Amino acid sequence: MTRQPLLSRKLRSALGTGLLQLVMTIAVISFLVPTFWMVSSSLKASTEIFASPIVWIPKQPMWRNYADVFNSPALPMLRFAFNTLFITALAVLGAVISSALVGYSLARIKFPGRDVIFAMVMATTLLPEIVMLIPRFIIFRNLPMFGADDALQISKSLLNVLPWLDRPTWLDTPLPLIVPYWLAGTGLYVFLMRQFFRGIPMELEEAAVMDGASRWQIFWRILMPLAKPATVSVAVFALFQHYNSYLEPVIFLNNKDNWTLAMALRAFNDTYASQWELVFAAATIMVIPMVILFIVAQRYFVEGIATTGFGGR
Amino acid sequence: MLRRPSRAELRQWLDGYLFALPFLIGFIVFFLFPMVYSAWLAFQKWDLIGSPEFVGLKNITRALSDELATKSLYNSAYYTVIAVPLQLILAFLIALALTQNIKFKALYRAGFYMPIIIPVVATAVVWQRVFHPDSGIINNLLAIFGVPAQRWLSDPDMSKPAFIFMSLWSIGRMMVIFIAGLGNIPTSLLEAASIDGAGKLRQTLSITVPLMTPLILYNSIIALINSFQTWVPADIMTEGGPENSTLFVVLNIYRQGFKFFNMGYASALAWELFAIVMGLTLVQFISSRKWVYYEQ
Repeated sequence: MTRQPLLSRKLRSALGTGLLQLVMTIAVISFLVPTFWMVSSSLKASTEIFASPIVWIPKQPMWRNYADVFNSPALPMLRFAFNTLFITALAVLGAVISSALVGYSLARIKFPGRDVIFAMVMATTLLPEIVMLIPRFIIFRNLPMFGADDALQISKSLLNVLPWLDRPTWLDTPLPLIVPYWLAGTGLYVFLMRQFFRGIPMELEEAAVMDGASRWQIFWRILMPLAKPATVSVAVFALFQHYNSYLEPVIFLNNKDNWTLAMALRAFNDTYASQWELVFAAATIMVIPMVILFIVAQRYFVEGIATTGFGGR
Repeated sequence: MLRRPSRAELRQWLDGYLFALPFLIGFIVFFLFPMVYSAWLAFQKWDLIGSPEFVGLKNITRALSDELATKSLYNSAYYTVIAVPLQLILAFLIALALTQNIKFKALYRAGFYMPIIIPVVATAVVWQRVFHPDSGIINNLLAIFGVPAQRWLSDPDMSKPAFIFMSLWSIGRMMVIFIAGLGNIPTSLLEAASIDGAGKLRQTLSITVPLMTPLILYNSIIALINSFQTWVPADIMTEGGPENSTLFVVLNIYRQGFKFFNMGYASALAWELFAIVMGLTLVQFISSRKWVYYEQ
């Protein structure tokens, strides 16, 4: 006769599942606590911030904190938001277009040196950012701004919107944060596009060639519409990367008029160090667009990471 | 003898180079030239004001002997060696749990993933206060269990552990990769083991973990490269202190280059970092032959 276990197998497994469920619930809550605390503290009165024990939900939400952040005389948040939007939008557009073009050539056109170029793409991804930023800083410092005078003659009011136009160099302008990404500056996006294009059957192209389509037509009319999921993944990752970027803006931008939100939040943290509710409100303002992006495009985030192994931070 | 390419072939090659042109220009202007320039800079003394002055190996010997540089290497190594394995273990355990038969998996996955969509400056600003000795979450939580308040960020012995703990918050990317890998493990293998009487733990250790080793290697390489270059949180939360205990490598390079404008010395330090990161990656690859399981 076999020994009867104390609990039946079924019951034991049900108990195990229940325990696991409990542990994971506690774990996920603890992962969410800092974010929740940030948001709730951004709505607290200053007395509640330093109360002990911690006040988790403010008695009366102080929406005024957000108004105070936007009205800060020292740190014009709307200006920083505009700068960030300008840089991010142009950098993302460049990343999407250039990585699609290069990824297409590496995946679907046979030409001498293609494998070497692909190896070069992958090599750029391994370089630590700081190694390139020191020489790039000096390069951008010595690059003159072409056409700035012309732009000023067109409209002086343009200077109010783009105050960097009268700079004599590329430093303290958004260009160092944009131009490299129009030239496939993030190798991983090229890799992502290449991997996607490789998965599409070659017959598609052969048929189009038979019909006399040009290379550009094949790329633009046939392959790009098919590559929408990969393009969206690159766009989502690039949006996150450029919005989040800190080292590059800190190095290339100096004048407060040109700052991005990431730089501004750091300055906010120093300027209003003891007014936690304002710092938290500023942080929440910076986080909200990313949360929206995540909710809308979660699928692309997760699938992009799962298939390529990178993305996010 | 090499065959002369036909007109159509030449046309195709030209198309290839044209489509790759953005990268070719970008590579030369923003990677190749800067690298060569940086290598040249490493032998110069230059504060951006005068003209560069050749100093031979001075920058390199200074990078290898300077007290702050050594300290920053020690800090980054300490941080990396402890943080990376902990991140891997935690991400793996969470991924494993989220592939079991529990409820709300998608919701939990989103919850664990969420911290990495928070911009790094916002993360630093919030965690600076999470660690606050009086009003921070952690000390308040510890107080419930009767643990006395710790000075996380102002005690040189606690600062690095604090940063390591904080890094465990950002394991979402690793977790997603592990979950994807776990989904590819053939259930037939686990069922066969189960029929042979292997318990859950036994199945995990003997089947799941070996099959996941390629992804563990991948995640550990990426995590190591990232961890060795961590510096933004330290710049914001502690400014490298107390007593330089969070002066990480890139923070030191950043200061030498962009605060003190020692362009030559900063370049030498950057090359040293590059060499170390490459070396460590190579070591991981070579050692992986011993522990990574590849299916034929």
